[in-house]
Amino acid sequence: MSAPLLALLLQAQPSGLTEHKITNMFNPLSTPTRVMFNMGMLEFAITGAIFAVVAGLLAYTMIRFRKRRDDDSRQEPPQIYGSNQIEAAWTVIPILIVFVIAGVSARSVWGVEDASPPANALHISVVGHQYWWEIYYPAYNIVTANEIHLPVSRNRDRATYFEYTSKDVIHSLWVPEVIGKTDLIPNRVNHTWVDPSQAGVYWGSCTEFCGVQHANMLIQFVVQEPADFDKWVADQQKAQPVPTEISAGQKRFQISGCWACHEVKGTRFNGRIGPDLTHLMSRREIGSGVLDNTPENLRSWVVNPQQAKPGCLMPQSKISGENLDQLISYLETLK
Amino acid sequence: MASINYPLENTGVGQRTEHSVLQILYRWIATTDHKKLGLMYIICMLLYFVISGLMAVAIRIQLAIPNNHFVSPQTFNQLFTMHGTTMVFLVGMPMVAGLGNYVVPLMIGARDMAFPRLNAFGFWAFFFGGILLYSSYAFGSVPDVGWFGYAPLTSKTFSPGASTDFWVLGVLVAGFGTIASAINVVATTVSMRCPGMTLRRMPMFVWVMLIDALLILLIFPPLAAAQSMLMIDRLAGANFFNANAGGNVLLWQHIFWIFGHPEVYVLIFPIFAIMSEVVPVFSRKPIFGKPAMVAAIVMIFFIGSGVWAHHMFTVGLSSLSNTFFATATMLVGIPTGIKIFNWTATMYGGKIRFATPMLFACGFLFQFLVAGLTGIMLATAPFDWQLHHTYFVVGHFHFTLIGGLVFGLFAGIYYWYPKATGKMFSETIGRLHFWIFMIGFNVTFIPMHFAGFLGMPRRVYTYLPGHGLETWNLISTWGVAIQIVGILLFVVNVIWGLWKGPKAGDDPWDAWTLEWATTSPPPEYNFEKIPVVRSGRPLWDLKHPEDPDWKFE
Amino acid sequence: MSIARDWHLPDRGTIGILSLIFTESILFLMFVVAYIVYSGQSKTGPFPNDVLSIPILATICLLSSSLTIVLAENSLKKGNLANFKLWWIATIALGLEFLMATAAEWRHLINDEHLTITTNLFGTTYYSLVGLHATHVIVGMIFLIIVLLATLFGRNIVRQERRVKFLSWYWHFVDTVWVVVFTVVYVIGR
Repeated sequence: MSAPLLALLLQAQPSGLTEHKITNMFNPLSTPTRVMFNMGMLEFAITGAIFAVVAGLLAYTMIRFRKRRDDDSRQEPPQIYGSNQIEAAWTVIPILIVFVIAGVSARSVWGVEDASPPANALHISVVGHQYWWEIYYPAYNIVTANEIHLPVSRNRDRATYFEYTSKDVIHSLWVPEVIGKTDLIPNRVNHTWVDPSQAGVYWGSCTEFCGVQHANMLIQFVVQEPADFDKWVADQQKAQPVPTEISAGQKRFQISGCWACHEVKGTRFNGRIGPDLTHLMSRREIGSGVLDNTPENLRSWVVNPQQAKPGCLMPQSKISGENLDQLISYLETLK
Repeated sequence: MASINYPLENTGVGQRTEHSVLQILYRWIATTDHKKLGLMYIICMLLYFVISGLMAVAIRIQLAIPNNHFVSPQTFNQLFTMHGTTMVFLVGMPMVAGLGNYVVPLMIGARDMAFPRLNAFGFWAFFFGGILLYSSYAFGSVPDVGWFGYAPLTSKTFSPGASTDFWVLGVLVAGFGTIASAINVVATTVSMRCPGMTLRRMPMFVWVMLIDALLILLIFPPLAAAQSMLMIDRLAGANFFNANAGGNVLLWQHIFWIFGHPEVYVLIFPIFAIMSEVVPVFSRKPIFGKPAMVAAIVMIFFIGSGVWAHHMFTVGLSSLSNTFFATATMLVGIPTGIKIFNWTATMYGGKIRFATPMLFACGFLFQFLVAGLTGIMLATAPFDWQLHHTYFVVGHFHFTLIGGLVFGLFAGIYYWYPKATGKMFSETIGRLHFWIFMIGFNVTFIPMHFAGFLGMPRRVYTYLPGHGLETWNLISTWGVAIQIVGILLFVVNVIWGLWKGPKAGDDPWDAWTLEWATTSPPPEYNFEKIPVVRSGRPLWDLKHPEDPDWKFE
Repeated sequence: MSIARDWHLPDRGTIGILSLIFTESILFLMFVVAYIVYSGQSKTGPFPNDVLSIPILATICLLSSSLTIVLAENSLKKGNLANFKLWWIATIALGLEFLMATAAEWRHLINDEHLTITTNLFGTTYYSLVGLHATHVIVGMIFLIIVLLATLFGRNIVRQERRVKFLSWYWHFVDTVWVVVFTVVYVIGR
């Protein structure tokens, strides 16, 4: 297929993917989250029953044994000091309840934590940074940021196994409907896995306070049907085509120092401090979820990222006018 | 050597001379009297409560709508750090010390604490620790790492400047005072009880304060250790939490939570103690199952010291570890539940008088029950993998801390207010305070559980619109306005009581423990003659000579 | 009532010093745990085996000082002030020797072996743990010296036998901690 036609096809956003902006943890869409959901439901049932009984007893006691308004006597009620049988009863019953919950919890913990990856599992490494996510697919040699694409995996046929670590402070990755929280810790590798059962775009966030822009360290899981996922992989693996001459925009990228932090595969730009920009335009968001990836937002982000994300580690570029236009048009070629 | 015979000089007996302002000030600054120190703790605690509460107001205004610009991200992070740190160390801990120091000697028939000068040291260490922490504002270096400051965010690399140093040093200095106070409480309860007051006859309040003090002695060294390690890292360039040198940043979390989890029991035990005094008196029955209540506290002491890693379910500990800590956490709910059952049984069959202290005690019971149950939800590791570090947790611990601790504290303050001041507050204002504060509290903190279900993490200065979080956050913020009214009513009541309240007399509540056997307020020497007791409720015995407790104990 | 006459509770000073010893034990436990957790984890040297030599003399001195302080106490109980002063000074001297030996060891480690608190995990945990202990020895020494000065300046030390006893308990605690630190650092950890 000719290069321009391919480029045209790949420019289209994944079609028909529902974006889950409301991330309800009671909508589990993977095996681990279903386990967590079931645990939660059992909890609600048991604690709900306990609440009904105890609160009911409390309310009854307060109403039944209140001092009546017309009771002026100094007569004290019978002075009861205790009852061994009653103490035993309300010790033993809670112990039994704990036994049940603890047993279910243990089974769930083992099931989720100690699961080992099947042979055809997809492996993804995630490295936490202040305030963005570096994502690496070792099998495909893909590096991207802030948006994790993974295949739908009904019946655990194509599960995704993650390795988490951090380059700086502790972060934590959470996508409520798809994957439970696991921390990204420097000098340590954590493992977790997921098998999302429904295609869609799912919002998640960093859930370990990591500094001034912790609130804006968001993430998206883009769960795709296998065919779409393979297409995405092929697209991401392409390096940028090498033009016959360096464009003005590419020169601007260099002069403005962008290359010091950002990598664009297929060029000399190999900065590893900030997100990889090779396929910047294929992503839905800028700045790890702070802004939708639109032309105006891209422009304002490049000029002054501190406006949308004050305190993030990307400095103001102080570019304007024609220089800015050139730079933006270069960035917009990074599909 | 039971120290019954305290020297009585300088007690001001019979003296009624005029004092200048400086003399009055000196009397308070140089005092070693447990009652003055207790009041000083309580007053400072209430001031910090208001300051920290205002921070919470600012936090809620910022979060009322998405993408708000009421405060900057840096300011917000400072606000929740200082709010949490203040509430735990400058409100909670002085509450423990203040209540313990004021009430315990009176309840055991002693003239003062075992070590009065150590007592004064403890207060001033707390006082200067707080000043040190808040002086960070003067230097523009306010702590912003959260009240449990995880490494390596707190390292010199990621927290340059002095803000984290202020946080560590302020809390460390105040912590020395806490340890001193705890030693004092242990020595007092063991060595200074009046004749006849065996451990069995010791009031529940004193039992609980004793166990609380022992728990403090157990867990404050880990806090000091962790903070010292952090300081050595920051000031001397050491490697305790330096991942590059092979350090394990989780070491901080383990040591901190070995302190941090039992700390919440340290904070709530005095409230349990208050409950075990207020509920019986206003139900007109003795505490149901006193031995079981003491056993429950001791069980919580031991089990509660072994559950710390339920704060760490997401760090990637082994499944065995996670299961152990989940199970242990659920187990600690059992003795706590037993206490709620025993308080209920105390009321059952009684003649409940819903005066203001009892209203707050009842509010405590319902709200602490809810808090305990949401705690059980968090204890189950798999469910915690969804709930951890979300607004569900924020809702949970505010239910324990406000719904539990603050409500119980108000019960205690209203209960002993007449004893400490000699005046009675207004029952009407007290009732209004209770209902308004209760409504406001629930309006603020119930919605937080739902925000957590919908994916809102904690410690975020803002959130995106369109993610279902707006409604809950707005409702939470409105609740704050209602709570403020409640608190103002409390302040009004305190002042009204002092100014216009009727004289309370020795024993306005018709209670049974020794503090009600002396005048209101008590003289500096507490009791004219050291009492001799024969049961756990000496005043009941005096009032009911035909049916004394010692016949049944 | 005979209840008052027969009412005997533990000495508050005893409870006080025991509470202090309890809480301090936990503090040391934390630094011992940190030492053990980081044992063998240093990415770069120097390593314990290379640079640590067993401080035999210092240990003998410190542990002997526990003996001399008991002898001093016994003398005080019998009212023998001369012997009390003798054994008390011996205790102080032995404690001083321990501190000087520690200082010498540290000077050697820093100057010759280039091991500081920042060097690696071993350096960090070693200096923290041994330093924490040494600090407690210093505090003990200060109180020992105060007692000595009080005695030399004519205060009635026999009346303070109770407080001298509490100080000796603290001193025994410090020595016991040294046994633990010694075992962990110089025996197990090497």
